Parts: sequence; C-alpha cells; structure tokens
Amino acid sequence: MTNNARQHIHAWLLLLPAAVLLAAFTHYPAVATIWHSFFSTPKGARAAVWVGLDNYLTLIEDPVFWQVLVNNVWFALGTIPLSIVLAFVMALWVNGKIVGRGFLRMAFFTPTVLPMIAVANIWLFFYTPGYGLLEQFTVGFLGLPSHNWLGSQSTALISLMVVTIWKEAGFFMIFYLAALQAIPPVLAEAAAIEGASRTQYLLRVVIPLLMPTTLFVLVNAVINAFRLVDHIVVMTRGGPDNASALLLYYIYDVGFKFWDSAYAATLTVVLLILLGLAALFQFLVLERRTHYQ
Amino acid sequence: MLTRQLTQWMRHVFTATLISLCAALPNVVQAQATEVSFFYPVAVGGPITKLIDAFAADFEKENPTIKIKPIYSGTYQESIVKALTAMKSGEPPVLSVLLSTDMFTLIDEEAIVDWTSLAKTPEEQQWLKSFYPAFMENSQTGGKTWGIPFQRSTIVMYWNKELFKEAGLDPNKAPANWTEMLNYAKKLTRRDAAGNVTQWGVQIPSSGFPYWLFQGLTTPNNVVLMNKEGNKTYFDHPNVIEALQYWVDLSQKHKVMAPGVIEWGTTPRDFFERKVAIMWTTTGNLTNVKNNAKFDFGVAMLPASKRAGSPTGGGNFYLFKKSTPAQQQAALKFVKWITSPERAAQWGIDTGYVAVRPDAFDTLTMRKYAAGFPPAAVARDQLQYSVAELSTHENQRVTKALNDGLQAALTGTKKPDQAMKDAQREAERILRPYRK
Repeated sequence: MTNNARQHIHAWLLLLPAAVLLAAFTHYPAVATIWHSFFSTPKGARAAVWVGLDNYLTLIEDPVFWQVLVNNVWFALGTIPLSIVLAFVMALWVNGKIVGRGFLRMAFFTPTVLPMIAVANIWLFFYTPGYGLLEQFTVGFLGLPSHNWLGSQSTALISLMVVTIWKEAGFFMIFYLAALQAIPPVLAEAAAIEGASRTQYLLRVVIPLLMPTTLFVLVNAVINAFRLVDHIVVMTRGGPDNASALLLYYIYDVGFKFWDSAYAATLTVVLLILLGLAALFQFLVLERRTHYQ
Repeated sequence: MLTRQLTQWMRHVFTATLISLCAALPNVVQAQATEVSFFYPVAVGGPITKLIDAFAADFEKENPTIKIKPIYSGTYQESIVKALTAMKSGEPPVLSVLLSTDMFTLIDEEAIVDWTSLAKTPEEQQWLKSFYPAFMENSQTGGKTWGIPFQRSTIVMYWNKELFKEAGLDPNKAPANWTEMLNYAKKLTRRDAAGNVTQWGVQIPSSGFPYWLFQGLTTPNNVVLMNKEGNKTYFDHPNVIEALQYWVDLSQKHKVMAPGVIEWGTTPRDFFERKVAIMWTTTGNLTNVKNNAKFDFGVAMLPASKRAGSPTGGGNFYLFKKSTPAQQQAALKFVKWITSPERAAQWGIDTGYVAVRPDAFDTLTMRKYAAGFPPAAVARDQLQYSVAELSTHENQRVTKALNDGLQAALTGTKKPDQAMKDAQREAERILRPYRK
C-alpha cells in the first residue's frame, strides 16, 4: 500500500464516526421524509401506496397551511431583528464598566437557562386578563381597558413573539459579549487618537468587526423562528382559530394528533426547503459581506 | 504445575456454570409470572402516580403470578403518542389508559382488541354491564366494548356563594336553566366607575378543547354532535347554532362573560381570585377547588335549556393487540380488580374523578364521603342526563374543525351559523371516506 493511500484510509477512518452520525440522524431522516411525502399514510393493515404529488396538492388547498405559513413569516420578521438588536444593546451595556455588571449579565441570561415550558406557564399568568401582571400595569396603573391578550386573534401571536424575544435576546447577548471582549483595545485607542467620536467608533469599527457574530446569531435566530414552539403548546395551542399556530406546531398536530404521517412529511419538506433557502441566502450573500479578522 | 493448571481450569468451568445458571434463573421466574405493562397519563393534580403504584402492588400481592408494570406516560396526548409509536416500532404496552374519544383512532390503527370477545364467563359478561351507560357510550361501537371506563369526568358548574349573597341572590340556589344563568350573570357582573369590569358573571373556558365545553350547551339544547358509528357530524344543526349563539351572546351582547377565548388552565384561578362568580369546569377540579377556594362554594349540574345534560370525558382502559393471550387474560383480571366497586369508590374520592359504576356509590366509604361533602354526588346525579363526548373517526382532525369554528365565533371573526357551517363542511370532507 502506498503511503498516500494509507493516509486516505486513515483520514476516512477518523471521519467515520462523525459521518455515520450525520448520515443516520440528519441525512437519512431528511431523505426519508421526502420519500414518504409521495406515499399515502399507512393505517392498520392498509400499507402505504404511491400517490405521487397528491399530498402536495392537498397542501396547496389547505387554508390552515397557508395561515400557519403567513403566521410564521410574521413571527420571524417580528422576533429576529428585535431580539438581535436587543441582544447587541444589552451586550454593549454589560460590557461597560458599571456597578452591578455581574448581576445584570445574570439577569439578562436567566431566560435562556429556564426551560421553555416552565417559562410559558409563568407568562400564561402574566397575560391573564384582570389580575395578571401585565393587566395590573395597563389597567391598574395606566387605566387602559382590560384586554384578553392570548384570547384575541389580533394579539395572540404578538404575545407569543414577546415571550420569544425575551427568551432569545439573552442567549444572543452572550455571543455579542464574547465578541466585544475579543476586539483588541488598540483599535479603540487608535480611533481615539484619530479623533473619532464614540458613534463613529461604534459604526465604523465595532459593528463591522461583529459581523461574523451577527451572521452566526442570525442563522440561529432564523432556525429558532421555525423551531421554537414549546410555548405555543402551553399558552394558546395555536388558537384562537389558528391565529397563533406556527408551521412546526401544525406539523406536530398533523403528525401526532391526526396521525397523518404522510401529510406531516409533506409539511416537513416545506420546512426543510424554507430552512435550506434561508441557509443558502445567509452563506452565499451575507457571508461575502462579512469581514473576518 | 499440571495440578495448578487443572485447578484453574476447573475454577473457570465452575464460574461459567454459575454465570449461566444465574442468567437462566430470571427466565424461569419470568416464565411463571405474566408481565403486564401499563401506560397511564396524569391529567389532574394530586399524587396519582402513588395511587396507581399502590394499586399495582396490592394486586400483585393477591395475584403473585402476574406482574403489573405501571409506566407514567405524561399527559393524555403524550400517552397516545407514546403508545402508538411504540406499537409501530413493535412493542406497545399491554394495557393503557387513553382518552375515551380516541377509540375510533385506535380501532382504525388496528391497535386494540375488544373486551367483549375476551370476557367469556357469564361473570365477566356481567362485569361489562356494570358501568354507567353514559360512560359506555364512548366505549362501545359496532356492538362491541373497546374501552373500560376508569378515570372519567364530566362538566359541572361551580359558584361562589359569597358573591351571590353580595349580588342579592340566594347563595344556596344555582341557576337551573339558561335564562336564569343569564339573569344571575347580569347581576353578578360588576363594573368600576370607568366602566371596566372588575368581576364577571360567568365563565365558560374556550381554549384548547372548546368543543367539550360546547357540548355542555348543545346537550341541554337537545342535540347530539355525531352519530354512534362516528362517521357523521351535525355541527350545522339549528339547535347547535342556537347553542353557540347563546354562548357568543354571553360575552358579545350581554357582556357578562369575558370577551375572546378564555383560557382553560387559568379558569380555576380566576374563580379563586373572585374575578368570576360562576365557572364551568371538570369534576376533576373538585379537590383543587375544595383546597384552594377561600370562600363558600357550591357545585351544581349544568343549567338546562330544552333538557338537562352534559358530556362525559376522561380516559378508558384499552388492551393492545400485540400481546400474548396470557397477558390479555392477566390484564382482564387486573382491570376487573381495579374497577371493583370498593376501588372505584376509593379512586373517585382520592382524585375527584366520577366513580364509574352505580354500586360504587353504595359502598360505605363513598356514602360516608358524600354525606360529608355533598358536591361529590352532583356529578353522579348528572350522569343520567349525560351523553358521549364528541368522538369520530379521525377524531382530533374533526374536533379541530369544530374548535376552530367555535373560537372564530367567540372572537367575533365569524357569525355562529357561518362558523358551524364551515366546521360541518370540513368534517364532511374528512368523514366521507368512512361512510361506505
């Protein structure tokens, strides 16, 4: 055996464990999902049969699917930018030399370590009309009329978005904080000597240097916008009348409540495509504009 | 040298034999004891897991050849997911408590066997007939019994006696019909100087599973929502629409109930906080209310319209097909044992569920309990008017069509008749293949 071939075998053997895991838990399920979306749902003794694009035609005619898709787009647009901006501002704040910095950092990070189901149960009571924390402020202090936050079509989704932002911002803050501390102080000194203002320093030095972090955070935020549905189960169960249902929550409904695994697979294919497109955009377009130090 | 080798060799042989003996031993024991795995969900407060474990231990003491393995499987929804996915991967539980409304789903998946063909002796046949007929409506189809009632409940009305007194109403008399409930609720709704409501008259929760609460309105309005075969619904029946109109009017027209969708989970808390004077919820909350209400409260049957009535709810025992005949017989024995009058009574007292058979209420334990705490008997008295909970083929999908329609009407995005016609059309589309 030549030295070269031995090196190749060695390399492949080293890669094997990771490759096996990746294939078994990522690639195989994805391919199987696409495959199953072309079959009917097996039930009892009736096996699955090839139905071609039938499931996809059902999907196009399914009003609930379109509604959860639109909901999900609003959910993404509402949560991603806000939680990233908040995370950045919080990171800038706790990076400064202020009293009680440790306490502040902990406070911002707490939502991240709490389990979502527990958090959702707490927020459920925050939003309770009449005596919930929110109403105690808006009705008791501001004198506004009482409102059923989770029980109205107009506010249910927004209420869930607030919980998501609260949960996500602290998590993203950690990445920004780490990145901020990695910026060499010489840059700040150089900027000061050149006579740059704080704003200029922030806009021209800090933000460009944080672009790789922003890209990373953005990828995570997009994935989470489609992935985080725990609080829906506790707080609204998608209601009222699907006003707060998201794509993944609907997939769960179809898969494990209606037991229509073929249609659930079809919906999952849509989710796969959406996430794939988002990833492509981020890596092909945004990455080119990102400056790595 | 040779002797040492020989001793070592002998020692090896001895160890090997010992190991194989030890390994074989549990098999011998297992061959004698039949193991019955048993999934059960927990849907109400209280030490349910302890109660079930104690039942299993007591049963094993009386039947040493049977081993009951109770497995806590989460909520009802998690339990059916676990049971059905376990079945599809080849290893379902032998026995499981699942929602009575999942009967058609489980039959369609060919997951379960019926109890009728298993109960061979006359005594066992008699046992199948010992339950309240209202509970059996959700447990039988096509002349066979598929579920044995166990943790069953029904909707009742709770009222705050202090608030009744403050409003000048008789604190010991609950509204008996729809007109009375509306009139009482008007008197019980309070507003502050700015016109904001500080106390609502009545509350019928509508999150999650509004269809069940809605059956507390349709049943008194003398209409059922589906046929016995579970392949046809009547969501657009005039009486159904009328019932929905009454529900919607409570908040939108008369303004005696909070607007929008009302959360099921926070409803008892609203009641404890005196934010609402009358609430509708499950009998399963009885123990919860008893422990947490800091005021005198009453429990009554749901108000009547054209008749009295309420739906039943809760879980049944199902027997999975992929089990050995020995396991099925053992499971039958266990279920018969745990639903005996004495244990059904104890289970009802400990949990707030309704004891599933009439003779359970004749036991000494239950008679004593009901004498000291009369609300415990309300659910039983209501059972004679009760009907089956909504259950069809493709149950959760059909139910969702109705839920969406109800929530659309309650939030005001659709008129009641439009909402119910849409729900019926969707249900028709789903159920048509099941009417060959």
